Amino acid sequence: MGMRKVAVVGAGMTKFVRRAQETGKELSYEAAKMALDSCELTLEDVDGVALGTAPDAFDGVHMKGEYLSDGAGAWRKPFMRSYVGGGTGVFAPIQGWYHVASGLFDVCLVVCEEKMSSCQPHPQGAFLTIFDHTTERPLGPNLLWIFALEMNRYMQTHGLQKKDIALVSVKNKRNAADHPCALLPEPNITVEDVLNSEVLAWPVQRLDVSPVTDGAVALVLASENVAKRITDKPVWIKGVGWSLDSAHWTNRDLYYPKYVEYAARMAYEMAGIREPRKEIHIVEPYDPFDYKELHHLEGLLLADKGDAPRLTAEGVTARTGNMPVCPSGGLLGVGNPIAAAGLMKVAELFWQLRGEAGKRQVPGKPITGLAQAWGDLMQVGTVIILGIGG
Amino acid sequence: MSSKIKEYPGVALHESDFAEKKVLYTTWEPNARYAWDTGVAIGRYLAELKRGHIVGTTCHACRRIVVPPRVFCEWCFRPMDEWVYLQDQGVVNTFSLCHVRWDMERVKEPLIPAVIEIAGASKGMGILHLLGEVDPTEVHIGLQVQAVWKPARQRTGAITDIRYFKPSN
Ligand SMILES: [Zn+2]
Repeated sequence: MGMRKVAVVGAGMTKFVRRAQETGKELSYEAAKMALDSCELTLEDVDGVALGTAPDAFDGVHMKGEYLSDGAGAWRKPFMRSYVGGGTGVFAPIQGWYHVASGLFDVCLVVCEEKMSSCQPHPQGAFLTIFDHTTERPLGPNLLWIFALEMNRYMQTHGLQKKDIALVSVKNKRNAADHPCALLPEPNITVEDVLNSEVLAWPVQRLDVSPVTDGAVALVLASENVAKRITDKPVWIKGVGWSLDSAHWTNRDLYYPKYVEYAARMAYEMAGIREPRKEIHIVEPYDPFDYKELHHLEGLLLADKGDAPRLTAEGVTARTGNMPVCPSGGLLGVGNPIAAAGLMKVAELFWQLRGEAGKRQVPGKPITGLAQAWGDLMQVGTVIILGIGG
Repeated sequence: MSSKIKEYPGVALHESDFAEKKVLYTTWEPNARYAWDTGVAIGRYLAELKRGHIVGTTCHACRRIVVPPRVFCEWCFRPMDEWVYLQDQGVVNTFSLCHVRWDMERVKEPLIPAVIEIAGASKGMGILHLLGEVDPTEVHIGLQVQAVWKPARQRTGAITDIRYFKPSN
């Protein structure tokens, strides 16, 4: 297709915390500066900046992208902000990728920031407006509804029980104990803890859910010639895909995310992957709720429909399993600053594939990894595949 | 890089920092009000609700009967062909028992939101509504339900002209 190879050459992130002293602009700066320092580049080397962050109502800052831009390293540079709901953190590096793959830029800084704590009394207040203003909002919906309705449909279709799903929360919160930036590391959490946690919106319970979080993550993307000058360990972007389904969410069967499958097929085709279950060695699917990891593994064609819980129970998705899933600790354990959470997953692949993930390092020298995010009205799938060599 | 970095930036604030007035902050309340026009399709949907009917539209190309109605088919990207009266009953596609409000305050009685597949529309065509007059422990996917309407005088042409759906007798 006449596209240039693009590598991830640097990454940085802040701690993920419930409420940060830093402003969003300061968080963005910390992550972006760390990413540049990690590959010994300066702002002068950056041709353009791709920023991902939630809509303006979230922070109460109109033109929030412009507000954050200085912190994202965009002073007097080509700058673009994107948002596709929870899918943003994986879409922003896709946007950075096409800036470089097209030949437009040699170096693109990708920054994702979220400061959820500013919205009072709870950031759900900003989320409420995703529901249709005339046919849904008069019924008094809250954001938990869509997850509860989707989770119940998924459980019913496959005859699953809460304990089958709670295993995901336990795995990810335990994995997060090894992440230095994690908000909710729980090295000793058990399935019983999840099953005994407060019921919020059945079948969703407190410990099925990722926490409200502040934080920022940044990546440096570079064209092949630049990447090879900067590092002997470039991590290539092998494939990208994204897809959006209809906002008429009550007209779709929620048990299966078809749009995630479309996004995955697009990315697999670009990466030349024919047998994803053999060729993807490490997976960071989007896990804002525990059932979502299972739902997404199925949509990504990495598990048969309804079979992801079995893989989890058998330890296949453990950090030491055959297909490690969310070795970072995921959103459930590291935290869920919406756009930054998705980019954290891509950063995790970068560190894992370079063998630099420390205590989180998966065994077996993985060479290909996939990160995926999801969002809007249960509607968008964004997928990126990274690999070393080739 | 991750394993090479010893200290990550970011300062976590805690409840006690605010209680002890150790940190400063500024607050603001937006003053934004909106009036949403119904549009063509939902305008007729609401007008029919006021008369006690649930109405959908059908596309002859893909042969779907959809609800809520729209003026164009998003699959075929062409105008819908006809309005179709549906039944004011259906089946529970999925549901939740919700114990919290949007701000996470607890409620006494759980609210029961559900996607209800409307009889007369194509399979899987649901709308979001609430269930009522039902023991929460008895609700299940597949439950047959019927609309409980407000009295005609009280209807305003809104989705809430249906108070809720209850199990069919
Ligand atoms: Zn059609």
